Amino acid sequence: MSDVSMVVNGRKVTGNVEDRTLLVQYLRENLGLTGTHVGCDTSQCGACVVHLDGKAIKSCSILAVQASGSEVTTIEGLAPDADLHPMQAAFKEHHGLQCGFCTPGMIMTAVDMVRRHPGGLDEKTVRNDLEGNICRCTGYHNIVKSVLAGAEAMSGKTETKAA
Amino acid sequence: MYQTTYHRASSLEDAAKLHAGGDDPKFVAGGMTLIPAMKTRLSAPSDLIDLRHIDGMKGIRISGQQVEIGALTTHADLAQSKELEKACHSLHYMANHVGDPLVRHLGTMGGCVANNDPAQDYPAALLALDATIITTSREMKADDFFTGLFETALEEGEIVKAVRFTAPDQCGYEKFRNPASRYAMTGVFVAKGAGGVRVAVTGAGDNGVYRETEMEEKLAANFSADALEGVTVSPSNMMSDIHASAEYRANLVVVMAKRAVAKAAGH
Repeated sequence: MSDVSMVVNGRKVTGNVEDRTLLVQYLRENLGLTGTHVGCDTSQCGACVVHLDGKAIKSCSILAVQASGSEVTTIEGLAPDADLHPMQAAFKEHHGLQCGFCTPGMIMTAVDMVRRHPGGLDEKTVRNDLEGNICRCTGYHNIVKSVLAGAEAMSGKTETKAA
Repeated sequence: MYQTTYHRASSLEDAAKLHAGGDDPKFVAGGMTLIPAMKTRLSAPSDLIDLRHIDGMKGIRISGQQVEIGALTTHADLAQSKELEKACHSLHYMANHVGDPLVRHLGTMGGCVANNDPAQDYPAALLALDATIITTSREMKADDFFTGLFETALEEGEIVKAVRFTAPDQCGYEKFRNPASRYAMTGVFVAKGAGGVRVAVTGAGDNGVYRETEMEEKLAANFSADALEGVTVSPSNMMSDIHASAEYRANLVVVMAKRAVAKAAGH
């Protein structure tokens, strides 16, 4: 067992976990943050994507102890209050989901994508950078549309309706 | 995953001490191969020694034609480096095509080098670039370092600190990706520099990364894809699995080599 301490969604948390506990298990089972999903559990699907010190990673492929001392943002922490984050609003508006299981990971990856491409996104870049996120319902078309719209909304160019 | 005991090394000396005190210890950097292997119980180290927080092992240093990459430099760091793109565009391209953007945020150069997975991209680059692997106890040429499937010349407790190479005059990398998982089912890196032409192949050979010396000779005389017309590779030393037979991989080596040369010539 090891002590872990990290800042999750702006809140300092501490705990004592088995060393083999995955970060995603710690988030879901110890902290009750079940918005981060486990899809494939083999590093492929990206349903478990969170931000670790500002960068998108797969929380099923890192131990909680490895992340100790870091800042973690999950889908629950993306928007600070009752409003949706512009990327969440874009997924809603453009129907970038069907069953919704992959959506938290898609959105965390999409927000990271915007960070990595300060010059803006195009369809090719979005499709390329969604390599690590799998959706079994949509065929990706509306996800790509949502990411592009969310990126524009984040840059302040257009308003995305949340309602 | 079986039980393991985690240690966070504060320095290379600390890492060596922790390793010496472990029963069946393993070093971990980004963990993008090791943690999944532990989850499926293919690997079960008694102690996991985390190198990720050791200072001074991260970064790309370029001085003239000399390029040195710290072992803890992530694929994302390499993929975003304009300096690396200028010095060696094919290694930069390669870093942009390892795994996916999420894996690239954690996975490291040193981890890939030390693991020497037969489907890993970097071993092909380092072998073709005639790179030097710098460890905690010595410096070795890539030719001597990569010894077989998941095998390297690293001794127990020895840690990769950095890799160093001279930027090539021309280089190209092309890989045929597994259609589902996107790893290199066959990848070929060609480099032309002061020392001549070198061609290294990953993902295909049954003993891991290796050099195609016949191709090197042909390309030394004429550095163009045409020089490889008629060259064949024997399937006898190729890997064979449900994704690709030995014969298929042998053919892929030639096709990827031609594309890599065309890329190098066109840059």
